[in-house]
Formats: sequence, structure tokens, C-alpha cells
Amino acid sequence: MNYNVDEKGYYGDFGGAYIPEMLYPNVEELRQNYLSITADPDFKKQFDELLKVYVGRPTPLYFAKRLSEKYNTRIYLKREDLCHTGAHKVNNTIGQILLAQRLGKKRIIAETGAGQHGVATATVCALMGIECIVYMGELDIKRQAPNVARMKMLGAEVRPAQSGSKTLKDATNEAIRDWINNPVDTHYIIGSVVGPHPYPDMVARFQAVISEETKWQLEETEGRNYPDHVIACVGGGSNAAGLYYHYLNDERVNIITVEAAGKGIDSGESAATSALGKEVIIHGSKTLLMQTPDGQITEPYSISAGLDYPGVGPMHAHLFRSQRAEFISIPDQEAMDWGLTLSQMEGIIPAIETAHAFAALDARKFGPEEVVVFNCSGRGDKDLDTYIDYFKL
Amino acid sequence: MNRIDQKFKGDKKLLSIYFSAGYPNLEDTVPVLKKLQVAGVDMVEIGLPFSDPLADGPTIQESSTQALRNGMNTEKLFSQLDGIRKEIEIPLVLMGYFNPMMQYGIEKFCQRCESIGIDGLIIPDLPVDVYHEHYKTLFDQHGLYNMFLITPQTSDKRIRYIDQVSNGFIYMVSSASVTGAKNTFGKTQTDYFQRIQKMELNTPTVVGFGISNAETYQAATKESRGAIIGSAFIKFLKEKGVENIPEFIQSIRD
Repeated sequence: MNYNVDEKGYYGDFGGAYIPEMLYPNVEELRQNYLSITADPDFKKQFDELLKVYVGRPTPLYFAKRLSEKYNTRIYLKREDLCHTGAHKVNNTIGQILLAQRLGKKRIIAETGAGQHGVATATVCALMGIECIVYMGELDIKRQAPNVARMKMLGAEVRPAQSGSKTLKDATNEAIRDWINNPVDTHYIIGSVVGPHPYPDMVARFQAVISEETKWQLEETEGRNYPDHVIACVGGGSNAAGLYYHYLNDERVNIITVEAAGKGIDSGESAATSALGKEVIIHGSKTLLMQTPDGQITEPYSISAGLDYPGVGPMHAHLFRSQRAEFISIPDQEAMDWGLTLSQMEGIIPAIETAHAFAALDARKFGPEEVVVFNCSGRGDKDLDTYIDYFKL
Repeated sequence: MNRIDQKFKGDKKLLSIYFSAGYPNLEDTVPVLKKLQVAGVDMVEIGLPFSDPLADGPTIQESSTQALRNGMNTEKLFSQLDGIRKEIEIPLVLMGYFNPMMQYGIEKFCQRCESIGIDGLIIPDLPVDVYHEHYKTLFDQHGLYNMFLITPQTSDKRIRYIDQVSNGFIYMVSSASVTGAKNTFGKTQTDYFQRIQKMELNTPTVVGFGISNAETYQAATKESRGAIIGSAFIKFLKEKGVENIPEFIQSIRD
């Protein structure tokens, strides 16, 4: 089976471009151009150069000695938390801003939940001197004040999404409406592997640098360019897509995907899409998402703002349905405990999203000779308030 | 013959009204339809509310959210519309996003529409090519028309394709925007209306989005067969109530 996108923009049963006609010209322009633009040597050169001198790539592949001893296996952390702006998100925004420039776009819009993608977008817009508007749910603006301030410092305009549940999915709706209203001069930088084709594939390709580096880094340390397991957390699923990308069709590599169970899968306050999601059309693609029996999209919950998107991208829906990936759901409490464990055993304070992934070490066994690569997707600075409240620090 | 085709015989300019089912109150759907028919409206688009209406502006988002809060859903709407054809003769079109229809089951959805006497559907996020490939046969079997949108940005080639797949009418979105009332149309709009008219399509065209008063209605119907009013009607409904609907319709037709 092939786990990459097909010619029509589908991953198995999922994906496609279910968009109103008003968006057709914008999305079609992207679809026709994204492969040729990103394959262009000049584009590649500029992209690689910025990733190196601006983002700080390659990020280290770090052998976690103490953790490996404790769990009697060989654990590596791909240190995306060391990227400029604090997470993997910037790999994608660098790629998309270069693409937008080549399409002659003068204005950038983006959606953000916790604010990480908003900050990464505001950053590249500042870098290129392009107008930037970030849509953010009114509730999230209140919950994520430091990231709102960062976006403003970077010169972006933060527009509150006041419709629906006033969170990430509504910010996404507002960004799409903006794009409908501004079809010619605007590029929409989606932050995850969601949305209509070609977005899931395009974002995955920009994030693929994560597994591209992992391959040669493992070759150096382990003498083979593949691990036995790759493990990542998913909200929409961009950091996971990046870590999996070059291993998708390599059956030697087991894929483990960690979702946020929130207060528990049956609690009614969860973001465990694989367990709770059904086949849905939202934000332009067919995927797995949480909804009511009547087909209304429901609000997810996780202590981690970056994981409380109600669905996963179509690539992950396909990995789940085809059983290419193992899915694990981790409740808030275990994720928070792992935030502390990783801090005290390896000296790395992870984002709460990232902390979810490490809970896979308790959920299943790994052999002593097995090589396990985690995507350490983001740093925990942005989550300090949540950690302080939770642990009474 | 489908009631929509019947309406487009002759050359009368048509007025069509959109409103959210179950708005302002859950049980208002049928009373609104009756009032609209009495007031002389030619066709109605009944909006099936959705939690994430991404092609809609603030007014319809709000009426959609309110309708959901009132308890509207697909099955509820169908039960309200059961037997509607004893009273309502004008064409009825259901307009909604694809997800709730998919969850209901497309085949079952089409069967229910047929048995009620729904004439057609408008599904903004079901692209024409996906419809053509996967659903057209089913819709045809149930005598349901599916109407598509075009915008000032839609290429001539794509308009020709849509014209070929369409029946009923083509929904011309007046400008590059989400739904919402405007007071006037500019030169971009009138140029676009003229461009489409010159294409001499097989399917009649109806203009929607941004029509709010007699002036915009006149401008929209000059080069097309009719116009659809949504947001402006919903605002009126909210302020003046179901009883006064004829007043709104008169103000447009004057």
C-alpha cells in the first residue's frame, strides 16, 4: 500500500478538496504550482539556506541516555524544540512564505490555536516584510496572552474569531472566509496537515525535513538509517507527518501516534479523534473528526491547546484506518507527569503537546536493542503558566 | 417536470428567498414558507444549519447557530416538511453543507427529499467534479436537481463545465465574498453579469450574495433570470418577525 497522497489528492478514503466554488481558483492555483515551485533548484536553495541559518537546522538527534536506561531501550529525541520560535511549526511557514512570494502574493493570513503557528507565521512575514493577519479564537486569545503579544511585536494583526465556539476550528473558518473575500492577492498559510488538497501534502513535504535529517543522523549513530519505531503526538498532525514522511512506506519502521485523551475518552472532554472520530468533511477535506450524530462538529478538549483540534489530517486518518500506525490516547494527567519526567531526567522542558508522545513509553514495551525516535516537537516555555498551575510550582 | 424548470419558463424575473430552517424559532420553518408563498416569492432556499458554515457571513452564521440552539437538525427539518406539498406549490430547494447530509446518509437523504417534494439542493462545499463522479446518478434517480455556484473568478472553461453538469439554475455569486447584504453593486459586478449573459449558457442564471433591496435586486436581475436574498431577509425576520414578511417582499419588488 502507498501511504503518500494520490493524484487526486486522497490518502485512501480521506482527503480531497471539498471547497466552495469561491475558493476554487485559489486552491487550484496552489495545486497546479506547488510541486513545480518547490522542486525548483532556486526555491530549494533558498529554503535550505533559511532552515540552516535562520531556523537553526539541522536540529540534533539526541540519544536520551537516562531515559534509555530506565526503559531498557534505545531512545532518541529529534530536537525540533530547538528550532527558532520554539517548535517545528516554522519549517512549514518558511516553505509557504517562499511559495507565496513566487505566486506574487502580497498578504498572508493564518489561523492559530495556541498561537505557535501564528507566531511562526508572523515571524516569516516579518522576515520577508509581508502583511500578516492571524485569526485566533476569542477564547484562545484570552488563554494565550504571551503568544498574542509575540505576534503583535512581530508586526502581525491578530483578529479574534467570534463565531461558533471561538477556538481553533472557528479561527480556521474565519481565515477561510477571509480568503474567499480576498481571492487574488492573499495566501493562506495553513499550519497543519489539514484543509483541502494540496495543503496536507504541501505541509507534510515542508515538515519532511525532520525525517530526512533523522535518516542520516541515525546512519551516523546507529549504522542504519531507520529506527524500529517513530513516535509523535497529533492534533492536526504536522510534526508527526514530518517525522513519519520518509518512513511511511518503509514497513521496517513501526509508527506510533499519540492523541490527547483529555479528561478521558468517555468523559465528553477529549481530543482522541481515532477513538471518537467519524468520517467527516470539514475545512475542505474528508477526514476523521469528532461530531454529533447529526453531523455538527463538536468542540474537543485537551489541557494542551495545540492538540485540541477536533480532527486529524487525512494522512493520519488513512494511517489509522489502514492500521499502518498504532494509535494511543493519553489523558491530561499522564502528559503533565511526562512534562516533569522529561525535564528532570533529560533537562528538557517539553511543550505539553510533546509530553503526550513520551507517555507511549508507559503504554507499551520496547525491546533493549530497538531504536525508538520521538519527535520532541516543541519547547515548554509557552506552557509555563499551565505547568505552574498544575504542579503548584 | 421539475417545479424549478416550470418556474423558469417564460421570462419573468424571479425572486428567491433563503432562510435558516428553525429560525427565529424552531417551529417557524413552515409558517415562514407559507408567508413567503402568499407574498408572491417564486422559490425558497431552506437552509439546513451547520456548526461551521465557512462560506457564510456573520448574519447567516448567527441564524444558523441560533437554529442549532433551537434544536434544528436534519431529521427535525424533514419531519417539519412532511406533507408540505399540500400547502406549498413553489419550488423548494434545500441549501446546506455536505457533512450533515453525509452523516444522515446521502441515499436516505435523497429519498426523504423526494418523498417530501424537494426540488433541488445547493451544497456549497460539494465540488462539481465530485458530484459529477459520485452523486449525480443518485440525485437524478430521485428527481433532485443540484445547483452550483460560480463567481467572478470562475474561468469560462469551468463555467462551461458547470453549465453542462447543472440543471435547474446556476447560482451566480455576485462578488468574491461570503454571504452578506450590500447596498449597491459596482462596475466589477455589472461587468461580470454582462460577461456571463454573453456566454449564452444552457442553464438559467440567478444572482445571489449581496442583494438587500430593490436597487440591488434590479441590478442583479437585469442580466439574469432572478435573484436570491438571504442575509437581508434574515435580518428583517429577526427585527420584524414572521407576520410582516409581505412588507419585505414588497420593498424588493417595488
